Amino acid sequence: MDVTSIRKDFPQLTRFIRNKPIVYLDSAATSLKPIQVLEKEDEYYKKYCANIFRGIYDISEEATAEYEAVREITKNFFHSNDANEIIFTRNTTESLNLLAYSLYRGYLHKGDEVVSTILEHHSNFVPWQQLSPEYGVVFNYIGVTNEGELDVQSLSKVVTAKTKVFTFTAVSNVSGAIADVYDIVKRVRKISPSCFIIVDAAQAAPHMEIHVSGWGADAVACSSHKMLGPTGIGVLWVSARSSGHLKPFLYGGEMIKAVYKDRSEFKEMPHLFEAGTPHIAGVIGFGKAIEYLEKIGMEKIRRHEVDILSYAFSKFSKYKDITIIGPKDPRKRGGVIAFTVKGIHSHDVAQILNEDNICIRAGNHCAMPFHTALNIPSSARISFYIYTTRDDIDTFFRGIDRVKKVFS
Amino acid sequence: MDLYREIVLDHYKHPRNFGNLAKKTITIEDGNVTCGDTIEMDVLMKNGMVEDIAFRGIGCAISISSASMLTEEMKGKSVNEVMALSADHVFKYFGTTLTPSRTKCAVLSLEVLQKALVQGKERLK
Repeated sequence: MDVTSIRKDFPQLTRFIRNKPIVYLDSAATSLKPIQVLEKEDEYYKKYCANIFRGIYDISEEATAEYEAVREITKNFFHSNDANEIIFTRNTTESLNLLAYSLYRGYLHKGDEVVSTILEHHSNFVPWQQLSPEYGVVFNYIGVTNEGELDVQSLSKVVTAKTKVFTFTAVSNVSGAIADVYDIVKRVRKISPSCFIIVDAAQAAPHMEIHVSGWGADAVACSSHKMLGPTGIGVLWVSARSSGHLKPFLYGGEMIKAVYKDRSEFKEMPHLFEAGTPHIAGVIGFGKAIEYLEKIGMEKIRRHEVDILSYAFSKFSKYKDITIIGPKDPRKRGGVIAFTVKGIHSHDVAQILNEDNICIRAGNHCAMPFHTALNIPSSARISFYIYTTRDDIDTFFRGIDRVKKVFS
Repeated sequence: MDLYREIVLDHYKHPRNFGNLAKKTITIEDGNVTCGDTIEMDVLMKNGMVEDIAFRGIGCAISISSASMLTEEMKGKSVNEVMALSADHVFKYFGTTLTPSRTKCAVLSLEVLQKALVQGKERLK
């Protein structure tokens, strides 16, 4: 994998602030975008800007074909069996909310249980926490181990035969811990065979090969913007065998077959869940992002990340006052390292690093229950992607030395 | 970069009025939850004046030093004077422009103090 030539595709990496280059270490929040994606998105606006599915003229059909081609590309990328299983949303948060709102209205009944985990991003915790009491559903969650991994051992105590929805993240956006999705799905199914199982793959999809149908789950959600694509595009994969459990989430244009005064008939998957004019340019750009990733190869991307992780870990080990959250084995985590520096608040760390344009995340990373479980108010986080170099890590540690000097 | 000036760091490392008041009119706690910052303040009010203040909490250098400098300055001031203060007043402690994401750190202590004075006044009625 030639990182030097990859970096040339990312216009933002050529930008200077305060006469210094940008060291972008916040890819878990959003990735940078290659020029190919930006040009592809632009192409729609410049060449075939028309609404999809309705025009009886060339450019509308061209736009429709480009849009639908991305459904096929996405299907192949995630190893789904059927392009109709791919729904385009706004982001992972919307994908998960779509599932929540759809499942409570029909599939879930009073007395049923929904189980999530304490290490979820708020978007896979709060919808279930908030909607469960409205429908008389019991909301429960699995905890974490001291290592910051999902406490799989306690699963059999929390999941019961009444658990109708089980939802968890494939990779934590804080500890980076990679969950054994196959194993977890199997364990849940053993206790509650017909449980609707959801995987939040927002942090997994950009970094590793995903086989949605192989996982055995019912639905998988992720975001385009974390995997080189435009913002405003999310993916929701729903298995064809499970989609019948879902009621429409948004009603309106594009999802309708026929409307009468007293009733309406709806289209099938996936259009049933794509009401209204979608972010057409975004979807088309997302297709290019997937092609870009495929050209490099997900295995190589993963190997690059493990290399950067290992390098960062070896440097971190010299700092006795820094505590890393999550597993220490780079092979067991995604390209993200959250940490705390003794006596220095994460915001102060991030602020001082910003003086050298080192972009890191500080706070609770939309995972407050996880931080509470670990008994820390906040953490700082660096995260990597295909354009991250060992030089970036070196610059980061020079910044850390400066942080420590300021607060010494 | 002069956000972390010596005076700011000094107030962070050695916050003034850090602790509890034995005699107090009210205790108020608030925080910037997403940052993991919390400030809890004890205020003693007498004859329309802020007699004494003490605070506790965890937070970044900006929120803690701001609370330290604010409590130091506001002790002995009239309640009306403190209520009239705007966020700009605490921004001045830092002698530099705060980025939007850090203004809430700086202004937290003033918000807590003003909230304490409003509720303290009610209590004294």
